[in-house]
Amino acid sequence: MLAHGTDGVAAAPPRVWGMALTGPWLGGPVNTGDLPVAATGAPVPPSRSPGTDRGAPIPQTAAPAPPRLYRAADGRVLAGVAQGLAAHLAVPPTRVRIAFALLTVVEGFGILLYLALWAVVPQQPVAPGAPPRQRRTVERGTAVALVVLVAGGLLALRGTSLLGANPLLVPLLLAAAGLAVMWRQADASQRERWRQISGFERPAESKRSRWAAAARIAGGAVLVAAGVGSFLLFSGTLSAARDGLVAAVAVLAGLALLTAPLWWRLVADLTEERRERIRSQERADLAAHLHDSVLQTLALIQRHADQPREVARLARGQERELRTWLYRPENREASRFAAALESVAGEVEDAYVVQVESVVVGDAEVDDRLGAVVQAAREALVNAAKHAGVDTISLYAEVEPEEVTVFVRDRGTGFDPDAVAADRHGLQGSITGRMERHGGKAAIRSRPGAGTEVELTMARNGT
Amino acid sequence: MTEPAPVRVFLVDDHSMFRSGVRAELANAPDSGLQIVGEAGGVAEAVAAIARFKPDVVLLDVHMPDGGGKAVLERVRPAQPDVRFLALSVSDAAEDVIGVIRAGARGYVTKTISGPDLAAAIRRVADGDAVFSPRLAGFVLDAFTRHPDTPVHDPELDQLTQREREVLRLLARGYAYKEIASQLFISVKTVETHVSSVLRKLQLSNRYELSRWATDRRLV
Repeated sequence: MLAHGTDGVAAAPPRVWGMALTGPWLGGPVNTGDLPVAATGAPVPPSRSPGTDRGAPIPQTAAPAPPRLYRAADGRVLAGVAQGLAAHLAVPPTRVRIAFALLTVVEGFGILLYLALWAVVPQQPVAPGAPPRQRRTVERGTAVALVVLVAGGLLALRGTSLLGANPLLVPLLLAAAGLAVMWRQADASQRERWRQISGFERPAESKRSRWAAAARIAGGAVLVAAGVGSFLLFSGTLSAARDGLVAAVAVLAGLALLTAPLWWRLVADLTEERRERIRSQERADLAAHLHDSVLQTLALIQRHADQPREVARLARGQERELRTWLYRPENREASRFAAALESVAGEVEDAYVVQVESVVVGDAEVDDRLGAVVQAAREALVNAAKHAGVDTISLYAEVEPEEVTVFVRDRGTGFDPDAVAADRHGLQGSITGRMERHGGKAAIRSRPGAGTEVELTMARNGT
Repeated sequence: MTEPAPVRVFLVDDHSMFRSGVRAELANAPDSGLQIVGEAGGVAEAVAAIARFKPDVVLLDVHMPDGGGKAVLERVRPAQPDVRFLALSVSDAAEDVIGVIRAGARGYVTKTISGPDLAAAIRRVADGDAVFSPRLAGFVLDAFTRHPDTPVHDPELDQLTQREREVLRLLARGYAYKEIASQLFISVKTVETHVSSVLRKLQLSNRYELSRWATDRRLV
C-alpha cells in the first residue's frame, strides 16, 4: 500500500491553483485518528481480531487520491512549503522554488504566498519509526542561490536607492528575522507533538530540544525587540514612543488583571474539554472491543445454554482473549517462548475443553530447539487432556541461561509407563523422540491413579 | 474432646454475586471449621465492619473502587495487626499480586479456585502460614532470579535460598504442600516454613526489581 501511495504521487496530474486550494485536503483540522489510515492505508479485513480494527471501515475509492498537501518535514529548506507543494503537484521541488522566486520579484507576491501557505497548510505528521529528518545540502544551496537572485532582481528593479534611501529597512529586516525564528519554533513544537503522538520520543532528546526551543524563542524575541527599538530610534520617535509605551503597558496590565479569571477559566475549560475527548475516545475503543468479543461470546453462550461443554469452551476462550487484551503488553510476538507456549496451551484448552494453568518464568527467542520443546509440550498437554480425565492441567516452564525446562502435570488416572504399548505414538514419537532429535530429553513419571508428569529438558543454543 | 473454635471469616468483594457464591461454596463444606461472620462491598464499609466483627481471616478482593484491597489492608493493619488477609482476584496481573502481598496479605489465590481448596487456603492463612498459587510462585521465582547480577543490599532478604527455590518450583508445577514434602523428603511443616519465609522476603525486600519487574511485566 505504501507503493500505491508513491504511485499516486507520480500519477497525480498537476493541479490548477484555484482547484487545488478548494480541494478536499485543505478542509478541516488534522485529525490524528486518520493518521494510521493515511500512513498505511491498508484495507482492514472485516473479520480481523478485535482490537486491531478501531473505528469505522474506510471506504476505498477506485481512483487513487492525490496525496494530501502537507508541509514537508524532510528535505525542506525553510518551512517545507515548497517541498510539500512539489510532492503534492508531483513536480521537482526546485521548479516550485524558482516559481516562488520569480513571483517574489513581482511586488514580493512570492513571499506573501509562501507565508500564507505556511500559515494554512498543516505540517506533515511524523510517521512512527521514521528516520530522523534530514535536509539536503544541495537543495539548500539552490535555495540560497535563489534568494540571492531575488535580492539582486529587487535591487535591479528598484535601483540602489532602496538601501540608501530607506534607513528603516535594516530594523524591519531584523524584526522579520526575529519573527521567522519564532514561527519556526512553533513548527518545531508541532513536530515534537507529532513525535510524541507516534511514540517516537527519547527523553534525552526531548530535554535537549526543549532547551533549544527556549533559546530559539529568546533569540527571536531579542531580534524583534532590537528591530522595533532601532526602528523607533531611526524614525526619531523614541521619546514619543516611550510615553506611549508606558501608557500602553499600563492599559494592557489593567486589561490582563480584569480578564485574568476569564482567561483562567478558558484555559481550564480547554484542558477539561480535551481530557473529556480523550476519555470518550478510549470509551469508544473499549465499547468496540467489548462488542466484538465479549458480547458476541455471551450471545453464543445463550444459544448453547443446553451444551455445558460448549459453554465452558466459549467462556474459557473468551476469558483468555480478554485477559490478553487487558494485561498483555501490546507487541508480544509469537516468536517469544512464553507467548508460544501460552498460545499452544490456549489451543489445547479450546480443543479439549480443559483448563491449562500455565506459569512461565523467564523468556527467550524461539529457535529450532525451543520450537521442538513447544511442540513436545503441546503433545504432552494433548495427551493429558485426552487420557487423564481431568479438567485442569498444570504447565510450568522455566527459561534459565543454560537450559529450558517444561513440566506438564495432571492429577488424572495415570498409567504404568512400562506397560504402554509401543504403538502409543503420542508419547514415543511426538514427545520423547522429538526432544531427543533436538538434543534434549523427556522424562515421563506416572502411576495408575496418581496422575502423570512429563518433564522436558533442553539445553539452550550457544551454551 | 472439644471442637476447636471455628475460623471467623469476613468477605470483601464489590460483586454481591461473587460474595454469595463464596458463601454457598464454603457452606457446602460444613465440617470445614469456617464461619462467615460478615461481608462488605466497599473499602470504607469493609474497614468499619472488620473493626466491629474482628474476624480471623479476611477474604479480600483485589480490584474494587476507591483503592481496592490494598486500601483496606493499609487502613486495617495498623489498628488490627492480628487480622490475616487472603487476597482473591480474577486479575492475576503481576503488579496487583505483588501489590497486595507487599501491603500485607498472607496469600493470593485466583477466583477460579475450587471450594475445598479455598477452605484449605483460609485455614492455612488462619494458622499463620502463607498461601501461594502456582502463578504467584512463578512470579516470585521470576522476580528474584531474573537479573542475578543486581546489587544485593540485604542478602538475608534479597535472595532466595536453594531450598526455597525448590519449594517454589514445585508450587509452580501445581504440587500441593503434602506432595512437595514427600518429593523433597521434608515435613509439611517445613514446607510451610519455607513458604512463609519467602512471603516475608517478598514483603520486606527492598529489591528494586520487585516493584519494577511487577510494573513492566504485566503477566496474566
